[in-house]
Amino acid sequence: MSLTLTGIIKLVFGWLHIPEFLVQPTVMIVAAAIILGFILLVVLYLVYGLRKVMGWIQARIGPNRVGWEGLAQTIADALKLLTKEDIIPKNADKWPFIIAPIIVFVPAYMVYLVIPFGKGNGWVVQDLNIGILYVVAVLAIPTIGIITAGWSSNNKWSLLGAFRAAAQIISYDIPLVLAMVPAVMLAGTLSTQGIVNAQQGTWFGIFPRWFIVSQGVGFIIYLLAALAESNMTPFDIMEAESELVAGFNTEYSGMKFALFFLAEFASMFTVSAIAVTLFFGGWLPIHPSLSFIPPVIWFLGKAAVFIFVIMWIRSTLPRVRVDQLMSFGWKVLIPVALLNIAWTGLLVILA
Amino acid sequence: MQNNYAYIALFATIGVAFTVATMWVSWVVRPTHKRTGSKAEPYECGELPIGNAWRQFKAGYYIFALLFVVFDVEVAFIFPWARVLRDMKSAGLGLFAFFEMMVFIAILLVGLAYAWRKGVLKWD
Repeated sequence: MSLTLTGIIKLVFGWLHIPEFLVQPTVMIVAAAIILGFILLVVLYLVYGLRKVMGWIQARIGPNRVGWEGLAQTIADALKLLTKEDIIPKNADKWPFIIAPIIVFVPAYMVYLVIPFGKGNGWVVQDLNIGILYVVAVLAIPTIGIITAGWSSNNKWSLLGAFRAAAQIISYDIPLVLAMVPAVMLAGTLSTQGIVNAQQGTWFGIFPRWFIVSQGVGFIIYLLAALAESNMTPFDIMEAESELVAGFNTEYSGMKFALFFLAEFASMFTVSAIAVTLFFGGWLPIHPSLSFIPPVIWFLGKAAVFIFVIMWIRSTLPRVRVDQLMSFGWKVLIPVALLNIAWTGLLVILA
Repeated sequence: MQNNYAYIALFATIGVAFTVATMWVSWVVRPTHKRTGSKAEPYECGELPIGNAWRQFKAGYYIFALLFVVFDVEVAFIFPWARVLRDMKSAGLGLFAFFEMMVFIAILLVGLAYAWRKGVLKWD
């Protein structure tokens, strides 16, 4: 993105006689704005897609009124949320209440800094050499926002939801990170582009050398932990409608609620994108002979498959109980993830 | 390469700017009515709330938070090891590096088993 982008901006600046030193800052800001626009577009159609897919799975039609086949439904919803009256409860702690949606949304946006959409440095905003560690660090921040939201609402449902969220997210953070470690071990680098590049080539000329081949267990741990981490069904006990009203966002309305919603759907794409990067060869084609299809199409296509799987899980599975959830994380996922690291270590040493 | 980390600050700034801007736009276009009656009460399914939510509350997660700190520090140790394992192997220290980490992980698993046995992994 930024490679070609740098070229374009240099050209335009050359025509307009704008000094050279302004090129780099402009490129950075434009890249960040493109990513923001991408997130908004993706979320817009993920919400629509989720409603449609859930509708079809449950033998309904889903949204089909606003725009052609309901394609403008989410835009209408967003405009509605924008113009909704915003109510801050009487006894709420006002400033934490306002800041909480920001704390939840900003990290969900920041992760996109290292997601490799395509081949080369042009398709990732900045290929940080600590890529995966950065993802892990940033994905842990929204917990603070959720706790802030639950506490500052001064509502018992919110507080219960926030406490559950804290317990759940910190418990599933560990298996999530432990499931990412084997990919780093196999690739020998933390950079996301480096991990994708390490998966190039084929076994026996047919099977792609993706990390999923040796990391089936790791991938399942990752998927479960990531679903729990971004509070999606079947692990959405922190905002379980039938027991907690809406958990930490009970008191939120209007644009503040929309920001929580935005963050949730943005992280749905993030989870899929990271899964594709770590286990399914990122933007690599399934076989070298198919490399005439652009890498970015491969990447988005693979991510779309995972997003569909997440939607599928969401519309078929019931919610798990809170105590089952906690014991599953600590007593099953963490030991298995540690053993998976040991197995991968053996693989790296003996290969 | 020195721009690496400037991007993080830029993304944080743009993210905050975007959220503040949307909230501001919403503040401009939305109606504001006087909050009368029970409109501003916390929502408790239509009942008037009894008391405040900021009271003694069972913080069931604190023991998990303690365990989390232990395991998170461990993860911070595992990442550098995972990064250099291949390099260690090509330097001929592969088995050494592998067994070092296995000892570390075994100690942690013993700790987890202890916590399990003590019954702290139970949410109630």
